[in-house]
Amino acid sequence: MAVLERISRVPAGAGMARMLVERNYRSSRRTWSIIVSGFFEPVFFLFAMGVGIGALVGDVATGDGRLVPYVVFVAPALLAASAMNGAIFDSTTNVFFKLKYARLYDSVLSTPLGPRDIAVGEISWALLRGVVYSGAFLAVAVAAGAVTTWTAVLAVPAASLIGWAFASVGMATTTYMRTWSDFEYVQLAILPMFLFSATFFPLSTYPPVLQWVVQATPLYHGVAMVRDLMLDEVGAGMLVHVGYLVGMGLLGTAWTALRIERLLLR
Amino acid sequence: MPLSPSEPLIRARGLVKTFGDFTAVDGIDVDVHPGESFGFLGPNGAGKSSTMRMIGCVSPPTGGSLRILGMDPGTQGPAIRARLGVVPQRDSLDEELTVEENIWVYGRYFGLPRPVVRERAAELLEFAQLSERARSVVEPLSGGMKRRLTIARALVNTPQILLLDEPTTGLDPQARHVLWDRLFRLKREGVTLVLTTHYMDEAEQLCDRLVVMDHGRIVAEGSPRALIAEHSTREVLELRFDTHDHTAHLADVDGIADRVEVLPDRLLLYTPDGESAQSEIARRGIEPLSSLVRRSTLEDVFLHLTGRTLVD
Repeated sequence: MAVLERISRVPAGAGMARMLVERNYRSSRRTWSIIVSGFFEPVFFLFAMGVGIGALVGDVATGDGRLVPYVVFVAPALLAASAMNGAIFDSTTNVFFKLKYARLYDSVLSTPLGPRDIAVGEISWALLRGVVYSGAFLAVAVAAGAVTTWTAVLAVPAASLIGWAFASVGMATTTYMRTWSDFEYVQLAILPMFLFSATFFPLSTYPPVLQWVVQATPLYHGVAMVRDLMLDEVGAGMLVHVGYLVGMGLLGTAWTALRIERLLLR
Repeated sequence: MPLSPSEPLIRARGLVKTFGDFTAVDGIDVDVHPGESFGFLGPNGAGKSSTMRMIGCVSPPTGGSLRILGMDPGTQGPAIRARLGVVPQRDSLDEELTVEENIWVYGRYFGLPRPVVRERAAELLEFAQLSERARSVVEPLSGGMKRRLTIARALVNTPQILLLDEPTTGLDPQARHVLWDRLFRLKREGVTLVLTTHYMDEAEQLCDRLVVMDHGRIVAEGSPRALIAEHSTREVLELRFDTHDHTAHLADVDGIADRVEVLPDRLLLYTPDGESAQSEIARRGIEPLSSLVRRSTLEDVFLHLTGRTLVD
């Protein structure tokens, strides 16, 4: 409760977080090559793992017990991972540069915007980037024959939820970073999640104890959510996935606003 | 609550700022009135920047009261900041944007509509003599140009108060004069300027009224001329001797001036009439390496009040 009370005292600002999104959009037009490169990574994985290795693997059983080609099984996971990667890249490396070197937020705080505006603005931008990546990836997946149902369209708004959850916690974590080498820890957290969150093989592959561990991680819920949507197997489990990611997003956003206040409004 | 006509734009009473055990601002009282050009003068670490950050509503006061434009910074920060222009000590321009985009984007932070922002940017770049560089990126601009762009950017919301933290530190003399000229124009247009500086000439040029700060406290307050009249003499005779310790020459000049200050490299003799002091030195047969009569400046006021020079 004390924590909630403290968070409620973070100065909100003028509610103009969208102006920071506009600023990022303007600046991104000059660095579009970085944005494009982020799109290719999951596409390469789709062809290498889904199409290439998929030919060796054959069919895989889904949660409902249907047999689907491996590429259909793995594409939703890659979409979820691309939303995570886009959001994490923007909310860690880019935010760190703006915070420590460009001192962007010092000048932003001299205007009516406040710490919460900065948190919401930057996290929204990172989330949008995740959505753009996953939307583009979905188009490629359709072309590669990895999409079998129209409910797959819902994977794009679902990706925004994944983007929000990871961008908010990513940005909060970034406020503790001291040097660029600290970002190795981010990779250390992201890579195992990417590989082991039931991305490339089903959860049932793990022994029961490890299944609990995997189910505790956020990317697992992102992957499971997108996979349910893309395989049209939506059930009650969807509420758990959405609830987990919304909770993580709210927590991360409040935590970020608090940290920005602590660091810059001294 | 609207500002009553008699209330100052900025009113601080017993204002305190501490960081852990360190007291940066130690109970200061300040009033700044509309249209005034007000200065905080003092050496590095005197508490000027901490005071400016509190006035800019980006640093909550530890104690005392502060009202800006009739409002409370603690609860009405965004509304106050909407009417302030801030020029920080270190330029914090957006280097990922062009010169004109810096002003557009900054104006958008104030919620100004896009067409208004574009119109303002064109006027402000003209004012800052940067129109030809509008589409250039920020990085290759000279120090003076970046400073002018920072000021132009701070004016995008047509602020009632412009806060300038050491506006000309690090600039070459020519760039300083260009900047002063721009600030004079703003002052004539009725913008209230609040600035910090550790340059005496800057304070004398720009400030109608100033406070001298030292160790977080205000040690004197008034117009530059009044401060000099109150805490110094009209003229100063500077004497340099061929010695490593000028204290040795104190006895030589005894009784010549109202007051004598010893600096590592010279003696300062405070007197209403520098030339007669100079002839008295000659009459006593004292032969300094150099001897110079000048008018008193705020530097002398500071030296008298604190026993230290400003820029060390």
